[in-house]
Formats: sequence, structure tokens, C-alpha cells
Amino acid sequence: MIPAAVDYVRADSVEAAIAALVEHGDEAKLLAGGQSLLPLMRLRLATPTVLVDVGRATDLAGISVEGDTVSIGALTTHSTLEHSAELAVACPLLAHVASVVGDPAVRHRGTLGGSVAHADPASDLPAAVLALGGTLVVAGPGGTREVAATDFFTGFLESVLGVDEVLTEVRVPVSTGGWSYQKFNRRAQDWAIVGVVVAEGGAGVSLVNMASTPMRATAVEAAVAGGASATDAAAGAADGTEPPTDNQADGAYREHLARVLTARALTAAGR
Amino acid sequence: MTDTMSPFAGGIVGTPRLRKEDPPLLTGESKFIDDLQLPGALWISLVRSPHAHARIDAIDASAALAVDGVVAVYTGADLEGDWAGPLPCAWPVTDDMKNPAHLPLAVGKANFAGDAVAVVVATSRYAAADGVEGVVVDYEPLEAVVDVRDAASDRLVIHEDCGTNVAYDWELTPDPDGVAAAFQDAVHHVTETYVHQRLIPAPMETRGVAVVPAPHNGDMTLYSSTQIPHVLKVMASLTLGVPEQKLRVVAPSVGGGFGCKLNVYAEELVCMTLANRHGVPVRWTETRTEASTATIQGRAQRQTIELAADADGKLTGVRATLLADMGAYLQLVGPGVPLLGAFLYHGLYDVPVYSFTCRSVFTNLTPTDAYRGAGRPEATYAIERAMDSLAVAVGVGQDEIRSRNFIPTEKFPYDSPAGLIFDSGNYQPTLDRAKELVDWDGRRAEQAERRATGSTMHLGLGISSYVEMCGLAPSRTLAALNYGAGGWESATVRILPTCKVQVVTGATPHGQGHETSWSMIVADRLGVDPDDVEVLHSDTAISPLGMDTYGSRSLSVGGTALWMATDKVVEKARAIAAHMLEASAEDLEFAGGTFTVKGSPDKEVPLAGVAFGAFTAHDLPDGMEPNLEAQVTWDPGNFVFPFGTHIAVVEVDEETGAVELVDYAAVDDCGNQINPMIVEGQLHGGIVQGVAQALWEEAIYDADGQLRSANLADYLVPSAAECIDMKLDHTVTPSPTNPMGVKGIGEAGTIASTPAVMNAVVDALRPMGITDVRMPASPMTVRRAIEAAGGAS
Ligand SMILES: Cc1cc2nc3c(=O)[nH]c(=O)nc-3n(C[C@H](O)[C@H](O)[C@H](O)COP(=O)(O)OP(=O)(O)OC[C@H]3O[C@@H](n4cnc5c(N)ncnc54)[C@H](O)[C@@H]3O)c2cc1C
Repeated sequence: MIPAAVDYVRADSVEAAIAALVEHGDEAKLLAGGQSLLPLMRLRLATPTVLVDVGRATDLAGISVEGDTVSIGALTTHSTLEHSAELAVACPLLAHVASVVGDPAVRHRGTLGGSVAHADPASDLPAAVLALGGTLVVAGPGGTREVAATDFFTGFLESVLGVDEVLTEVRVPVSTGGWSYQKFNRRAQDWAIVGVVVAEGGAGVSLVNMASTPMRATAVEAAVAGGASATDAAAGAADGTEPPTDNQADGAYREHLARVLTARALTAAGR
Repeated sequence: MTDTMSPFAGGIVGTPRLRKEDPPLLTGESKFIDDLQLPGALWISLVRSPHAHARIDAIDASAALAVDGVVAVYTGADLEGDWAGPLPCAWPVTDDMKNPAHLPLAVGKANFAGDAVAVVVATSRYAAADGVEGVVVDYEPLEAVVDVRDAASDRLVIHEDCGTNVAYDWELTPDPDGVAAAFQDAVHHVTETYVHQRLIPAPMETRGVAVVPAPHNGDMTLYSSTQIPHVLKVMASLTLGVPEQKLRVVAPSVGGGFGCKLNVYAEELVCMTLANRHGVPVRWTETRTEASTATIQGRAQRQTIELAADADGKLTGVRATLLADMGAYLQLVGPGVPLLGAFLYHGLYDVPVYSFTCRSVFTNLTPTDAYRGAGRPEATYAIERAMDSLAVAVGVGQDEIRSRNFIPTEKFPYDSPAGLIFDSGNYQPTLDRAKELVDWDGRRAEQAERRATGSTMHLGLGISSYVEMCGLAPSRTLAALNYGAGGWESATVRILPTCKVQVVTGATPHGQGHETSWSMIVADRLGVDPDDVEVLHSDTAISPLGMDTYGSRSLSVGGTALWMATDKVVEKARAIAAHMLEASAEDLEFAGGTFTVKGSPDKEVPLAGVAFGAFTAHDLPDGMEPNLEAQVTWDPGNFVFPFGTHIAVVEVDEETGAVELVDYAAVDDCGNQINPMIVEGQLHGGIVQGVAQALWEEAIYDADGQLRSANLADYLVPSAAECIDMKLDHTVTPSPTNPMGVKGIGEAGTIASTPAVMNAVVDALRPMGITDVRMPASPMTVRRAIEAAGGAS
């Protein structure tokens, strides 16, 4: 519970953050809300030697809706998403998912960018961005690129982000069709044992904690597209998953939950 | 329900009152161990075995010593000569109990993952933690024993010098022939086996120690986040050979204990010996990981209970057998925990014959010891779960089977078949009222309706009626149980010259609100404002006499000492008042803080006048000592026996296995209540802690003895979000054991709630053929039970 020694650098802009990352290479870690990174450091499971704190980088905050697109700065906290009047209209699914992350303290510090960059398959928001067909804006020393959410997550806590890159913005389409998030956990503040996100009446379906990355339930999406009922479509929810085994659940139980929760989510989303 | 039997007349006792402890706690003004400012203190961090069972071959500290700020590293062997004795076990329940040497730092072998093998001393907490990373221990891992049955088989003996893993066998069967006959003649014979998982006490404040030496006069102050400063003082001086008169023990604000701070721990002794060696303060604050692995755990029992009953379901005999997991070593009172339940496996039912046997074994897991309820939750669980099985066997309701067997009110004081005397009781009204609160009949109808319509959301109703023995304890009874200390408590009441009051208590609150309750008792009786009463405690220099707080003893034992000390000081004041009023003491009445001569209401003197007169001592009766102060030490004549009925209503989601608590009623009887708000608070917390055993909490170990739930993300302590509004009510049956008619309420909620919830879960699933679900009833566990029973997919 006592972290190893670490140097601290404050970067008040994206540019400054990239410069610091370039200087310190893979010794460095960006620090946003700290809600994932600091626990790992306290357990000495992560031992960066330099922290680059982007907490005050104002060019990373804010929610804006233009046309069909909602753009959210990476530093936007879960709590801001939860309470945003704009988001409640433009993408109520994302606002709802943010409202069930952890507890109020976590939601006031934790950020959307941090959650996505951390790439935890058990996290809620990455799966929501995935189901919504979102796009991630990444800035590095060579400029800015856009990555589709489906291409972003590459493994357990791994993404396409390079060590000198910053996730600056998360973009999702305006989405007001039927949606649901079924988060199954034992205490309100816990990560999902399994979670199922349904966007746009089942056009986008994603799974939390069913593989080493957040993933789309493509079999379910295809069945929905083909006109299947909620129950029939849900039968394929565990197809292609590789669920982990932990204290709470083994793989077989997770597969069962994925089917049950998918049926419930599709029904709740109006399927 | 109203209470007409209270001995209090001052209008303060019995009314809800906000706790005077809370403003400093809520604002952060209260000082916990880690808040202490100790210039020049060295910090320690323990090197702990990552293996559950391993030989320690060599320890190389050179890299640690090179870390900036590290002052020294000591191994178990380095400090072995410092200990006058091993870590104490004060409860050798049998004369031949096996008690393996338990040194503060292990020497030669580590016996659980978390056993400390070396200590790093450094100038800061961070440097100490860095130093630990630099200590290289050469372990030879051995196979670990993690299951109690495996341990009992002696397939692999953990402590070679003991020759067996069995610490002791203990039996209580007053009438063996009667028991055999009861089971022979039984019409119904129920046999059930239940497992109590290991629980981690998880107080909000972890443990912490700070030792301040005074090398030149030899004094030493031990600050510890402990429940037992008084017991600790005796034990620490014995273990370290420190002269007791030179040792002061202080428990500053303590953020909860639940029994896990009722112990003498390695870190306390290590800090003491290092403070001696280095001549400066030495301190330690426990991490949450250490609190999970190196602080005692609770429960960990496997129980078999058998009920014999006649055709009507009237109990004719109860037989219980336990296999209890002591963990790697015997802690302070660990061996006695099963004994605290041993007398209560027949619950609050009138049973002629009774048998209890317990075998306690060592495993390569964290030692176990008292955890909220200690023995009584386990006993209550066994009998209350089995009573539901009996109800099914007999074909009557869970309420009816209990009513048929409650000890009838006219039988009190009741000679129990286990040899106790239950001082008072009136059980049926608590069941009736609890049923009313949850709308028992309505819920039953709803349950039937859901079943009839094929709903996958099943309702379950669970009753738990309980009696417990608390108010530890008559010293002679403790002696009969081989306990190494007494059960008395001490109190001093000191009326200061300005008529403000100081109370000194030997009880040691760590969250219970004694300061509020004690000041209410004194204020009610002396006619002063409760805010004018200061309660001093938890510092052996201020309160030298005490047996501390655990076992729901503070009010019924320590409060009684306070009642008596108040009497004593009033008697002295009465003598002075009589002298001042030129009347005889017998003719004086004392009410509302004023002495009045009976029949001459204009002749009066307020307590304030007496107090100042006692201080100036200008005109006291001949031979009377100045000042108003009285001290009393009280040894109770019996335990007290709170009781009640709790009912849980749960909803079980057949598809996912999720269990949700949807209603909860608790009707408890703790006799006269001092502060009803504190009673409610103790019940709220206690109930949630017991529900947590049923639904959430479990120290999960793998086959190698590694704890897989060593933090609060993996060890599921419930939060406010998981709690529901509980419906509380009470009856009042004053205890005749003490003058205030009070009984403990600190553990009752935890004792009662676990079986209520599990009975409800099983009740929901019984139509599927399910008769038991192991705790905690996690979604996967419940779902697997449904699948195994062939329930819907
Ligand atoms: C008690 C508790 C409960 C929680 N419960 C949940 C839950 O139920 N569901 C859930 O989804 N999450 C949960 N979380 C995690 C929480 O949502 C975190 O906030 C989130 O995962 C990380 O966001 P952060 O801003 O705190 O990131 P940080 O912890 O600061 O960083 C996380 C990682 O992302 C990197 N990073 C951060 N920002 C950027 C960026 N802009 N560009 C590139 N890399 C970046 C960091 O370098 C680090 O590697 C919980 C956390 C806690 C402490």
C-alpha cells in the first residue's frame, strides 16, 4: 500500500504532456484521475518513475455536440458525464453508464479518457464507447490520428496507444435509440462481473468482462439485424468470448450471465 | 413498547441523544494512531512470508540496508532473545491443549502467508517499505494445510513439536445417557452440517502502534489501536519482561475493532523492543493488505447439529459437534471462541438434554480469534437453520416450530441443559411483533402467488430467534472455563469542586458511544447536565483498573460499576449534606440534584454546594475525607441474556442467482435502554455485519493457502448502498443480574441476522429441493445450487 518513489511532472496542455512523454519514454505514465493508476502503484503492481499529471490540461476537458457527433474531452470526469444536460439528450446511454461506475468519489476523480486508455475489460465506459461505435482521437509527437473504438483495444490493459501518445478526445455518434446497460455486480461500487451494453435497439451490443478486452457481441448484433427476438438473439451472447475466472465467477457462469443479461438488455432497449 | 420498569427517574436515560463523540470524529479532530506527531520516530515495516508454509533458510538484508533511510533490519533470530515469552494465549481451554511457540517474528519456519519473519527499521514509512523490497529471504516452501478436515487427519503435521494438528478436544455433555436415549426415541431426527467461512473483521481503521520510550527513567508508553489497553499492559510486560509499573498503554481514538483488536500482536511487541534498542519512538501503521492477512480472522468452523424431537416437533435433545480452525497459531482468546458458543446450540428452546463437542485444529492460515459475536453467531446459526429443517420434517411453519419450543416465560430463571442460568426471557412477543413488521401472512401469500404464476423471482422468508450470553463475565465462571483473567469492571465517579463530573471507566470504547451513555447514566442520577460529565478511558495512567471492551460487556458490567460508584458518591454527599443541613442522613431525599430534608422542603442544599464544601473541607463531619470521589469494581454474578427475533425477506433471481434483501425486521430485547439511538445504531451495524456473512464476505484462500481477497475490492464489505431500511422494535425484559436491568446489544444484530437471511434464501428455493446453500450465498453459488437441483435454465 506504499508506492515506490516517483517523480512528478505537471503538464498543463496536450503539447506539454506529449513533450514530457517523449522525454521520459516508457518510464513515464500519464496521470489523469488516478483512480486506476494510483491503486496499482500503491500495490507496487505499477512502478513508473515519472508521473505526468494532465489533471489541469484544460484543452482536454469539455463536452460538445455538433451535428451527429458528440465530442468529449479525455479529462471529462464520470461525474460530469453523469450530470451533463447535453449528454442526457444526445447520448443518454453514455450518461447512464458513467453513473454506475464505482462510487461518487471515484466518479468525481475518474475520467473518460483514463478509463478508455486503461483498457480494462471489466470497465463500463470502454464497452459503452464500443457499442456506440465511437472513435478515439489520439495525439502524439507526429500529430493526431483517429482510431475506431473497435480497433483500439488490443489486449488486457493494452491498446494501440503508444508510450508517447495522449488520448485527447472520445467521439460517439448522437444516439437516442433504445438502449440499456445491464451491469451485474454484488455491491454498487464494484466492477461488473459481467456487463452488457445495448445501443440503438441492438444495432450495437458489447460485453464487459467477457474476454481480455471489452468486445462487441457480433453474433447478437447479427441476429438482431436479422430480425431475431431478444431471447433468440441473446442465445449467441457468449459466442467467441473468453471469459476470465476469478473469485466471483468462472467462465461457464459468466457465459450464462452474458446470455441472461443480453436478453434483458435487448428487452429493456425495446427489442 | 413502553418500559415501566426502569430504575432511572432523571428523564435523561431512555431518551435518544446524539453522541458526544461524533463532532470530533466527523470533523477529523479525533486523533487516531496514525495522526500522532512523534518527532524523531522510526518507522517499521514487516517482511512477511509470501508462503503459507515454508522453512526460512537464510535472510540477506544487505540490499535493504543500502536503501536510503533504512536504519536496521532484524530477523526473527536476531530478536529471539528479546522475548521473555511467546505471544500470549490467555485461554488454555484444556490442560493438555497444544500451544505451539508463537514468536513475534518467526524463527526457522513461517506458518501462514503473512507471518512476519523480519523487520525493517527506517526513518520514514516509505523508506521502511522500500527496505522490505530489499530483504531477500531464502524460503523452502512446504505443502500447506488449508482444510480443517485435512488438518484433523494429521496427514501433515504443521507444528512438529506438537505432534498433531489437534489443539484440543473439549466436551460438554452433562447427561450422556439422556442424550443417547433422546436420539434413540426421537420421532424426528434432523442432522445438518454447516460451514462458517472465514471472515476478515475489516475495521475502518487498520491497526497501528507507536511506542515512546523514556530511556533514562525507564518508562515506556505504548500507543496502540487496541480494544484492550489494560489486558495488553499485563500481557506486554509479561512477554517482554518490562516492569509493569513502568509501562503505560494508551488506546487513542480507535476506528472499530469487532474483536480483531482484542489481541496482543507481534507488531506491538516488536515496536516495544525496538524502541528499547534504539532509544527513540518506533511506530507502525498497518496496511489494508496486512489487515487482511496478519490480523486475526473470524468464524472458520464446520458444524454438525442434530435435533431430536417428538411427533409434535417438540425438541427432546440437541447434539452439536464442531471442527474449528485456529489457523497457524493460538491467539489471545482464540481457543475459547468455540466455548463462548458451546452453551447455546439449543438456542432459546426448552430442551431437556444437550451435548456439545469441539475439536480445534491448526491450519496454515491466518490465526482466528474473537470476531463480533464470537461463538454465539455460530451457535445461533446452527440451531436456527436446523429449526427450519425440523419445521419441514414436522410439517409446520417456521414460526410455529419456534413457538412450540420457546422456553416458557414462567420457567425463568431457566436452568439450561448446558448448565447456564438464563436470567430472564419472554420470547414469543418478539416473534409475534417481527411477523407483524414484515407482514408475514401477506408475504407468504405473495410467495405462493409468485410460485403459482411461474415467476423466476422467488420470495423467501427467514426467521431467526436468538438468545445470547454476554456481559463477560463472572470471574469464577471464567475460571471454570480455564480463562486466564477475570471478568470484573471498574468505575470511578469524581464530582469536581464546580460540580462538573469526571467519570473514569475501565471499559475502552472504540466506536460504541460509551462517553455518551456513561454521561447519561451519571447525569440522570446526579441531576447534572450530561455535557457536564466527562468520561475518561483507554489510558492506563488515567484509568489503571479495567478489563476493557468486548463480549457486549461494557454496559452490563462496566455500567453497573458506574451505577454503584454513583451510589457510593451520593452516599458520601448525603452525609455531608446532612451535616450542612443539621439533619440525619436517613431523612434526606436526593432528587434533581438537590438534597432535601423529608417533610421540610425549604431545608435543602444543591449538590453543587456539597461538592464545593467537600473541596474546601472547612466544615466536614468528623473523620470524613475531603472531596467527592468513589471507585467501585464489580464482578457480575451471571451473564446477561439478550434475545429477540429477526425476520429477513429476500428475493432470489432464479436466472442469475442474485439474492436481494427486500425487507428486514428486528425485535430485540436488551432490557432497559440507556440511549435508544445507540441501541439502534449497534443493531443497524450489527445486522449488516451478519447479513454480510450470509451474502457477501469471505476470506477466499486457494489450495496453497494464499488469500485471494486481501483488499476491499475483493473482500466484499457491504456499503450503505447495499443496506435497506430495517424495521426495528423492541420489548423490555429487564435483566435481574444488574441493578440497571440492562443487557448487551453490541453483538446481537450480528448473531441474529446471518441465519435469518440464509433461512430466507433456502425458503425461497426449497420447492426446487434445495435444503442448504453455502455462505456467502453469492450469485454463482446460488445459481449452481439451482442448476444442480434441476431448476430452470
Ligand atoms: C474504488 C474504485 C471503484 C471503481 N469502480 C469502477 C467500476 O465500477 N467501473 C469502471 O469502469 N471503473 C471503475 N473504477 C475505475 C475508474 O473508472 C477509473 O477512473 C478509470 O478506470 C481510470 O480513469 P482515471 O482518470 O482515474 O485514470 P488514471 O488512473 O489516472 O489512469 C489510468 C491509465 O490510463 C492512462 N491515461 C489516463 N489518461 C490518459 C490519456 N488522456 N491518454 C492516454 N493515457 C491516459 C494512465 O497513464 C494510466 O495508465 C473504479 C476505481 C476505483 C478506485
